[in-house]
Amino acid sequence: MSEHLTIYPIIVHLLTAILLLLSWMNPKVQRYISIIGSIVGIIVGGLLFSQVWTEGIQSVQLGNWKAPFGITMVADTFAVTLIVLTNIVALAVSIISTRNMVSSRLKFGYYAIFHFLIMGLSGAFITGDLFSLYVWFEVIIISSFVLLTIGGRNIQIEGAVKYFTLNMLSSIIFLTGIAMVYGVTGSLNMAELSRIIPEIENQGLVHTISLIFFIGFGVKSGVFPLYFWLPASYHTPPAAVSALFAGLLTKVGIYAMIRVFTLIFPLGEINQMILMVVAGFTIFFGGIGALVQKDIQRIFSYLIICHIGFMVGGLSLFTEVAIVGAVMYMFHDIIVKATLFLIGGVMYRIFGSTRLYDMGGLMDNYPRLSFLFAIPMFALVGVPPLSGFWPKVSLFMASYTQGEMFLLIMFIFASLITLVIIAKIWNSTFSKKPVEREKRKAFKYFEKFSFAEKAAYIVPIIILVGVTLYYSFFAEHFQVISERIGKELMNTEHYYNAVFGIKEETKL
Amino acid sequence: MNSLILNTISKTLLPLLVLFSVFVLLRGHYLPGGGFVGGLIAAIAFILHAFANGLNETKKILRIHPGFLIPIGLLIATLSAIAPMIITGEPLMTGLWYEKDIPILGKIGSALFFDAGVYFVVVGICLTIIFTISESV
Amino acid sequence: MEILLAIMTGILYAAGIYLILRRSLVKLILGIVILGNGVNLLIFLMGGLVKGRPPLIPEDASALEGIFADPVPQALILTAIVISFGLQSFAIVLIKRAYKVLKTDDIDTMNKTDDIT
Repeated sequence: MSEHLTIYPIIVHLLTAILLLLSWMNPKVQRYISIIGSIVGIIVGGLLFSQVWTEGIQSVQLGNWKAPFGITMVADTFAVTLIVLTNIVALAVSIISTRNMVSSRLKFGYYAIFHFLIMGLSGAFITGDLFSLYVWFEVIIISSFVLLTIGGRNIQIEGAVKYFTLNMLSSIIFLTGIAMVYGVTGSLNMAELSRIIPEIENQGLVHTISLIFFIGFGVKSGVFPLYFWLPASYHTPPAAVSALFAGLLTKVGIYAMIRVFTLIFPLGEINQMILMVVAGFTIFFGGIGALVQKDIQRIFSYLIICHIGFMVGGLSLFTEVAIVGAVMYMFHDIIVKATLFLIGGVMYRIFGSTRLYDMGGLMDNYPRLSFLFAIPMFALVGVPPLSGFWPKVSLFMASYTQGEMFLLIMFIFASLITLVIIAKIWNSTFSKKPVEREKRKAFKYFEKFSFAEKAAYIVPIIILVGVTLYYSFFAEHFQVISERIGKELMNTEHYYNAVFGIKEETKL
Repeated sequence: MNSLILNTISKTLLPLLVLFSVFVLLRGHYLPGGGFVGGLIAAIAFILHAFANGLNETKKILRIHPGFLIPIGLLIATLSAIAPMIITGEPLMTGLWYEKDIPILGKIGSALFFDAGVYFVVVGICLTIIFTISESV
Repeated sequence: MEILLAIMTGILYAAGIYLILRRSLVKLILGIVILGNGVNLLIFLMGGLVKGRPPLIPEDASALEGIFADPVPQALILTAIVISFGLQSFAIVLIKRAYKVLKTDDIDTMNKTDDIT
């Protein structure tokens, strides 16, 4: 029973999706099923987390085929924490989708695809096999294509073409890497690879293969020269879908990158250098891109790219402190980015437009909402008690002690440019006088919403802001979790032992 | 398409092909075959019928929307995958086998049900794709 | 045989990338399809080629003996083919839809999503 808990997060969402498909003509029932499914997902994720926390890394061999011959599912602290956060974001998105999605979209199977996406994410987090990671990635991108195009507005289709092309390409590059790894080592089990790879004589080839993986994951996570699909597509779908993508899809690329570069191909000096330069440029171009945009969802899209740089930078330093910082930043980023896109959705309903020019006067008209919106924005900048501040301490410290001044300057640059951008958004939406303009006729403004509709828009933001506040004021909990993750990632012994069922004498 | 030969043949072929697809499904565990191929054969049977007699005739034979086959198949496959966890406490997707031989079928186990689930999913997806495309043309 | 397959893989990759760099949407999808086939061939090649020895256990034995073909690449390729079947059917529907609503096949004219408004 106890080890089976490892795969429950997948099964919960699979069963939810099947139930949703069976009731596909009935949007009302679908909403309840989805919310219940997400809540069960959080509970299962929490149980799994507590089990991993007390008993160490859990693993299960699918089909009872012993590793390395079968597919192994491994739940370590990193994966489990991400699963819990994923399920929290899923709950928020499934609540806002009840009103953000018109019922014709629900009849197209929006909710079922949504749960398949969450299933794919959970699978990608806990799989211990390289090819099965590819399959979960495909589950994720197929679902995300459908979510992106559902509704079929012109701009959505155009964004989808770009998103589709580059993500397909990245999958093909990833698969090429898998083929090479299989050719060189004859195994695809990540734990076994961690032992085979260092013993290969031709280390130059191994470096090349690791860079193929880096390009594959880099497209998915949106690092510097490969990010152009992201700002072209993330602002096109409804806010609920954007929030889901912003919070989770780029992070799964980063997760794969951290997993592969700590477990399978430990970074050498050349790769560290490449990752560092890429991280710096990602921060720079993401920040500059966000600065020139005038549409709130597009500003947030560029900010995603800018902050991806923090995680890649933390990985590139490759010390335990830096990895702890990168992982902590990832947890903070998942929650805050999802919140920001949901806020963008509410602003669209308030002003009837997502352009900054059309906004204004939020502070006077909705003082309580403004206060709510201010929290994630300041958390993003990293104002001290809030969540963005804590991971930056580790990241700055690691880059300073390593003497990597380029990266340190880029981190500071990112923080400052985020501050400038948030100040700009603050000026034009919260405190500027509202622009007099004609109201759109066939558009339901926020002020005309019924109470239930308002609740569906605001409750998810409150949930996510609550998580942000918890992170802010109990940051030591996340610090402890991240330190343990750092230990697990930098010392692959524990992962190997868990997969091959070797009893450990020393527990973490 | 209005061809008398195709019309007549397709009506006779439909049950034969469906029967053949079930045969391929059942022999799939140790010999070439299985749920995926069987599902494709069954889907082809219905598609051939649709070519010969028109979509509406085929829909009358099917009675339900092919889209409903997808969740049904998924449910069967998922339950057969979960079954070992509940019954014997072994990991997901472990094969469970009934000891005695059953006439015609041979040995049955959870793998057969998994394959049957795949069969329904493949039939459902193929027919949904083809029906949607030919409706919109 | 290995060299022939390696050259073939190279040609498929080159053709795929060339088609992706063209401006037409249809050629883009064709390029992705060809690249996908190139990857499948690469996996097959990387698993090593063994002629005429399928990994099937004979009736009178209980284990495989001697040299036999590696079954793993075949399973990987089958999975990859099924996945790319799904993705390609989606892609075809997508470009059909894109042609309908955007009224163009030229990728260069698709720049509305990057406008700064």
